Amino acid sequence: MALEKTSAKKKKLAAPKSAAKGAAKPARGKSATHVNGEGARLATTSGRPNRFIQDYDAAPQEADFVKLKPSYGLFIGGKFMEPKSGKRFDTINPARETKIAEIADAGEADVALAVESARKAYEGVWGKMSGKERGRYLFRIARIIQERARELAVVETMDGGKPIRESRDVDVPLAAAHFFYHAGWADKLEHAFPGARVAPIGVAGQVIPWNFPLLMAAWKIAPALATGNTVVLKPAETTPLTALMLAEICQQAELPEGVVNILTGGPTAGKALVEHRGVDKVAFTGSTAVGKLIAKSVAGTDKRLTLELGGKSAHIIYEDAAIDQAVEGIVNGIFFNQGHVCCAGSRLLVEESVADEVLRKLKRRMEQIRVGDPLDKNTDIGAINSASQLETIQKLVAQARGEGAEYFQPSRFNAPKKGFWHAPCVFSNVASASTIFRTEVFGPVLAVTTFRTPAEAVAKANDTQYGLAAGIWSEKGSKIYWTASQLKAGVVWTNTYNKFDPTAPFGGFMESGYGREGGIHGLEAYLKVTGGVA
Amino acid sequence: MRDVKLRIPGGGTTVIPGTPVDQVGIEERAAHFATRSIKKGSKFDALTLALQMVDLTTLEGADTPGKVRQMCGKARQPISPAQWAEITSGKEAEYPMIPSVAAVCVYPKQVPVAAEALKGTNIEIAAVSTAFPSGQLPRDLKLKDVKRTIELGATEIDMVIDRDAFLRGDYQTVFDEIVAVKDVCGHTHLKVILETGELQTYDKIRFASWLAMEAGGDFIKTSTGKAAVNATPGNTLVMLQAIADYHAETGKMIGMKPAGGIRTAKQAIQYLCMVRETLGASWLTPDLFRFGASVLLNDILRQMYKQITGRYADRRAFSLD
Repeated sequence: MALEKTSAKKKKLAAPKSAAKGAAKPARGKSATHVNGEGARLATTSGRPNRFIQDYDAAPQEADFVKLKPSYGLFIGGKFMEPKSGKRFDTINPARETKIAEIADAGEADVALAVESARKAYEGVWGKMSGKERGRYLFRIARIIQERARELAVVETMDGGKPIRESRDVDVPLAAAHFFYHAGWADKLEHAFPGARVAPIGVAGQVIPWNFPLLMAAWKIAPALATGNTVVLKPAETTPLTALMLAEICQQAELPEGVVNILTGGPTAGKALVEHRGVDKVAFTGSTAVGKLIAKSVAGTDKRLTLELGGKSAHIIYEDAAIDQAVEGIVNGIFFNQGHVCCAGSRLLVEESVADEVLRKLKRRMEQIRVGDPLDKNTDIGAINSASQLETIQKLVAQARGEGAEYFQPSRFNAPKKGFWHAPCVFSNVASASTIFRTEVFGPVLAVTTFRTPAEAVAKANDTQYGLAAGIWSEKGSKIYWTASQLKAGVVWTNTYNKFDPTAPFGGFMESGYGREGGIHGLEAYLKVTGGVA
Repeated sequence: MRDVKLRIPGGGTTVIPGTPVDQVGIEERAAHFATRSIKKGSKFDALTLALQMVDLTTLEGADTPGKVRQMCGKARQPISPAQWAEITSGKEAEYPMIPSVAAVCVYPKQVPVAAEALKGTNIEIAAVSTAFPSGQLPRDLKLKDVKRTIELGATEIDMVIDRDAFLRGDYQTVFDEIVAVKDVCGHTHLKVILETGELQTYDKIRFASWLAMEAGGDFIKTSTGKAAVNATPGNTLVMLQAIADYHAETGKMIGMKPAGGIRTAKQAIQYLCMVRETLGASWLTPDLFRFGASVLLNDILRQMYKQITGRYADRRAFSLD
């Protein structure tokens, strides 16, 4: 009996107060811990609180096997070389604020050299190569990505701050999938555009952002190569490492020299690349502000341009939705990759009749989100990519609080001392005219407002200068079809969110950019399609 | 499913909500728990907890007193103190003797055998009842089944719902029967088996969960172990979410028992993560969560062995029963 009493006390200690409060007693009035008939000592619960009930222990992904160089050059003409600019910068781990490697900072002369090397490769080898041969190289790259998946995932997480769970389960497999998919198209391009003649464009200058460094490189390089173009790619300043590993993979795959060139650097390199006269096609993914500058600089030239820019995507929850799954969709929509997602479902529109329930469940769910070491396999939200992005988010959050929106963040958020962190948070009772409802935050910040009718939901969803993505939750098919047909967004997900596939075209309307990536539509952006019916 | 209004025997009405469940979404969320990585101390304690939550089960036509006594021995003492001492040698303080399981689960006829074998312990005697597993008997016989089983010494009743009535939409009959069984049970703990493999859709599982809780079930349980599909992460998560909603509305904490198909410690830990992240840590007690299982127990021991010694145990290291 005494034993039982003790164990009951321990159980109370281990259980969190919140859930026990106000709850009815368990059906049986007995202690939870069962005592062996022979009076054997109780297990772990006797000596100490059950450690599983308290929390999950750290489960760090092993990272020692990753061999990074202390310094990286530019990848031009199939070789790594020192930058002519003579400049270098550090890439740091945003979760620890420690330097990982020194990176070359490409200048105008480096850009010129890379474009020249891409031109040479295009005219000499790649542009003339049969589709079947090109496909073989792409298959090879895809397989090497798979072989080096764990290494790529660890580096992606170290360099960018995203949880290992995501880089391992999303970024890297999807990057391989894009190469596989486009490898399959390489010798079938005439079937993509029946009756038309297709030809590559030439040299593509590509600038990618820091939120999905390897995946964005794959989105850009795979279709360009499959269609016979050569590439000069500039990864983002804060996340150059996996693009450089991709350069190594190109070497491993024995890709002909100059077909892929990778220039690390900042805005100077990016500007020089998109403005270079030798570039035939510019592809940019990034902020709307930079996208507008690029559009201006490309105007008046014969360069082709595709832009994938910002978003403030609406996530619509109708009252007849499967609410528990919708809440998962909301969480995935805004907190995936710390909210550093151009198509993040950052504007939540909830039918007023279920708004309280949705918010209550969302907040409860958010209490379970684990923020911390990105290399921990149980981490759901990692580090903010950079100090400057953290500052941007903090500024917008402060402004939203100033504008009177109701703020919520999980009670157990404890930011580690080092690194850049932001709690996942929700603003409710947000006015449509408020900053937080209109401005892209690019962080784990959700703005919530309500609607009364489907027409109002659509009107509010479309009340934005962006048009990248949207989500709809309802169990009623006809309502879903009607809503989807009314939304001005390039991607509309129903009863799910943030699903990506190489076969599905991705891209936006209005200030979210133009052009599509993925699927047949994505191929078109890298081809001259002439004649025929297409 | 639509909301369905039912009469409460003895007066009043209740509405069973027809809460929709999105199949893709629920399965995606359920699969997420398989990616949780439970290590070190929290792993060992999760194993201990899982062991404490086992309803060690034998439900065969071939069950005999000998077989049931053997199983009860294993339930009391999953491993001999001598073997445990050998495994934990030098680490005794860190690894005290493991506890016994929560309950044994047997057919009514074997209840007296189990009661005798478990005398003086806290191990519950769960008996399957109401014409388990099909439930295809007239109600009066089902109630007799329950009454007699309790007289024989069962401390927990695992009943099956009337799927005949449920699948033809006669929810009132299903509800009334659970109420009647609960009435016979009195203070005896009642687990209501939905037999999710026969209900098939998540919408129906969710609806049946609420119905069973509202009718007086102390626990809801996935399955008999006799259907083609038994406990899955998906159907368990649906039921846990129903329990969460029921708690939010009524303040009552209803227990959950997935049964059938949970064979490895790794699976068990995934289920525990699911409970923790869906209902909260306060549900992590054998009072509110059980595993209906048999071979699971030895896999838990195997994983504990690995955790303590750093080596895998020989295939025959632990007694079968």
